[in-house]
Amino acid sequence: MSRKRVLGVKNLNVRYKTQKGPVHAVNDVTFDVFENEVFGIAGESGCGKSTLIRALMRLLPDSADVFANEIKLGEQDLRSLSDKHFREDVLWSKMSLVPQSAMNSLNPVYRVGDQIIEAIQAHTSDNKKTARNRAAELFDVVGLQPDLMDNYPHEYSGGMRQRAMIAMSLALDPGLIIMDEPTTGLDVLVQERILRRIREIRKEISSTIILITHDIAVISEMSDRIGVMYGGSLMEQAPAIDLFESPCHPYTLGLKNAFPSIRSKGQELISIPGSPPTLIGEGTGCPFAERCPFKVERCSKEFPTVEKLAEFHEVRCFRHDETPELRELASKKGTWLSLK
Amino acid sequence: MAVKTRGKKLNHLKKVLLEHYRIIVSNRLSATGLIFIIFFLLIAIFAPWIAPNDPWEMMYDSNGEFASLRSPSWEFWLGTTHLGYDLFSQLILATRTTLLIGSISGGISIVIGANIGLIAGYYGGKTDEFLMRFTDILYGMPFLPFIIVLISLFGRHLEFIILAIVLIIWRTSARVIRAQTISIKQRQFIVAAKARGCSDFRIIYRHILPNVLPLLLLYAAFNIAWSIITEASASFLGFGDGETISWGGMLYELWLSGKTRVAWWWFAAPSICIVLLVISLVLVSRAYEEVANPRLRKR
Amino acid sequence: MKEVSRHFEVKAGMVAKYFKGQPNRQIKAVESVNFSLEKNEVLGIAGESGCGKSTCCMMIAGLLQPSSGEIIYNDKGISQLNAEESHWYRSQVQMIFQDPYESLNPRFSVFDTVAEGPRALKLYPETEIADRTEEMLKSVGLSLEKYADRYPHELSGGERQRVGIASALVMEPSMVIADEPLSMLDVSIRAGILDLLKELATQRNFSCIYVSHDLSILGHIADRLMIMYLGQAMEIGPTWDVIENPKHPYTRALINAVPIPDPRVQRPIPNIKGDISRPIDPPPGCRFQKRCPHADQSCTENFITLQATSDNQHQAACHRLDSIQ
Repeated sequence: MSRKRVLGVKNLNVRYKTQKGPVHAVNDVTFDVFENEVFGIAGESGCGKSTLIRALMRLLPDSADVFANEIKLGEQDLRSLSDKHFREDVLWSKMSLVPQSAMNSLNPVYRVGDQIIEAIQAHTSDNKKTARNRAAELFDVVGLQPDLMDNYPHEYSGGMRQRAMIAMSLALDPGLIIMDEPTTGLDVLVQERILRRIREIRKEISSTIILITHDIAVISEMSDRIGVMYGGSLMEQAPAIDLFESPCHPYTLGLKNAFPSIRSKGQELISIPGSPPTLIGEGTGCPFAERCPFKVERCSKEFPTVEKLAEFHEVRCFRHDETPELRELASKKGTWLSLK
Repeated sequence: MAVKTRGKKLNHLKKVLLEHYRIIVSNRLSATGLIFIIFFLLIAIFAPWIAPNDPWEMMYDSNGEFASLRSPSWEFWLGTTHLGYDLFSQLILATRTTLLIGSISGGISIVIGANIGLIAGYYGGKTDEFLMRFTDILYGMPFLPFIIVLISLFGRHLEFIILAIVLIIWRTSARVIRAQTISIKQRQFIVAAKARGCSDFRIIYRHILPNVLPLLLLYAAFNIAWSIITEASASFLGFGDGETISWGGMLYELWLSGKTRVAWWWFAAPSICIVLLVISLVLVSRAYEEVANPRLRKR
Repeated sequence: MKEVSRHFEVKAGMVAKYFKGQPNRQIKAVESVNFSLEKNEVLGIAGESGCGKSTCCMMIAGLLQPSSGEIIYNDKGISQLNAEESHWYRSQVQMIFQDPYESLNPRFSVFDTVAEGPRALKLYPETEIADRTEEMLKSVGLSLEKYADRYPHELSGGERQRVGIASALVMEPSMVIADEPLSMLDVSIRAGILDLLKELATQRNFSCIYVSHDLSILGHIADRLMIMYLGQAMEIGPTWDVIENPKHPYTRALINAVPIPDPRVQRPIPNIKGDISRPIDPPPGCRFQKRCPHADQSCTENFITLQATSDNQHQAACHRLDSIQ
């Protein structure tokens, strides 16, 4: 399969110091994103997904230590760019972000349309009229009426503000759009509309999207490939269907059990005992070890390496070759309860 | 089980005191402030034993001469007044008066201010309006004319000085605590407390008050500081307590004597003390500011 | 067949709640809602933001007075209770809150938080309170030695929520109102808390009203399900009947909109237009009229409450039910 690679990240690590100790927020993360696909990153609080994105977008404080063997956007090596160069050349024009709680990212004292126009003019040599036309076009694409451009953010509903942020992210036709929890906090019907809109936009303008969320249902519906993050590392990566039909990592197996669906009447919900880790201090071994029912001695001592199961299916687990037995065990509630 | 609970309460108290101690000494500035406050406190407590002489006794020096307007020497550490009074002894006893008036006024005003703030903030509506109009009216009351009238009518007694100071100073704490009460009362744990069956009284004093406490202590420190300055100003103008002397009163005596330009030592001692104590109180209150507003804490 | 009589725990009879908005505007948060909660059942109330589900909770808990209508407990309207009976009612109806980070007093230790209800209502002597607290903490999975003296900021979200559950149940209420207790918890621990609630409900014999916007979770805990929209009750019935066989157009749209955690599944597009509005000065008639694909003239004129359908247990508030199958 010769698919063009839009983003390549190899061995990304983010560390920073806090009053409570050193934090290894992102640990050796490697992934690729290909043209026209939606790559979903799933994970709960504290898994490092937000830090990962902020590292790519250079939104971390200076005290953060970011290191990677490769961060390439197309053919361009992002690591060697100065901050100024990055801001002018890459940010927004080649790679844009729809931030978390986008609803609160709009400046309340400026009209929404003006904020988009300003963003356009900051990166292009368009005059006001051209920029305004472009903004109207974008509003149309996201399903907002162009005359809403003259309204203020507080006059918009949550769903409308989210769409405005998506419009802003599309303004300069970036090759890659990163959406961080785009529908969290929105009602189900609004969420459905927006997700549907995103799918339609993909068909219309062929964009590449990284979608980050903790909502497993949303990520299943929207993603072509999914990466599961836990404790700062990517535990498993696979095409969406493969991940659901043949999940491998114990965490993925646990998540599958814990997520209710309205299509599965009588489903037994099994939760993963314990809680997500705090990432403080340099731990040894697999971050999931203390919650894993299949832990062996090796798991607490060594950090698992990446194993390739199929062309696009990778996993970080020492027991990856015992998958069929583990899957069988994971579906039983007793396996998880025995950890208490 | 009952014995366990009582033991727990004492333990709890110890824990609380320790927590406050840690808050104050965490910051070098506030720790310094605390040292000075303790210093003055000790002086105030042991005053009669520390003061070498009677502050109202006309002193004679070792040569038998009348010790009038002496600058600081080994005999009279802070010098003497024009009437030969030992300034060092005066200062020590005045410390007691100043601290007494300051802490009583400060203490009463924060108690009044906090209660009014809590009640107005919690109940809102007409109660709030009434209490806030009342506070506003007092804002309009000028301090000096008020204290002048009060003292002229009733004489230079301690009770009226404290009364006058308290009436002026509780205003700000009331407003501030009211504002915080309003924001706390909206929080979900207050709704939860209501759902569990707590009466209004219980909610105000058991649930909201502990959360307002850092702000309250901050303003308690401020109130004491303001009381001290206010008392010093009143005393300096001649409206201080007639029976004892305070630091401000010492400055009043100095002014009366007409020797301000000449006797720098007489001026320096009380003034430095006032400034030092007030700054120390403010520094200590800064430590509570970080607790009251967690966003100020260092990451 | 012998008629089995049911004991209703609580009945909300045609309850409405209006709030005063800006001058001359009224927020009609709840309109003519009529339902009953049976003993030992879990009734789910679902709906989007602004649908009135939280307002209903607050009214049943006695924290808000209905503008009209009556809430009946043990055959007596709760607004007519005298002081002693109100006291008793308060101990019988308890709430579990949504935000584990905000629903605990940061200055109270875990022990004090759980003991607060009995202390405030003076239900038991202090010695008994201590014992009950210990027992309660154990049943939610928190050991006394380890947790009693800890403060909320030292606990994880899941632990805090367990404390919240303990403080509601320590008074042995007969009715518990759970207001979205899972929505702010991490997904991997939700199932554990849900299981805990189910277990405790069976063990301690209480009825539960579970409010949520997440239909997937309601499918797992609720026996019956009520759907609300903009203050109006739209549908009610046994949970899986409502989910698999929704009768009301709003319910249908809602069910179709719920994302499915399985990439192989395609779900139909919800048949609904427009955006949600706020219940401020709503027009007469059905609250769903502006968005309903089947709305007709009479929908804009007559407000409608839950009507029986062909299946006795399952009711929907729509007069066009037959024509829109």
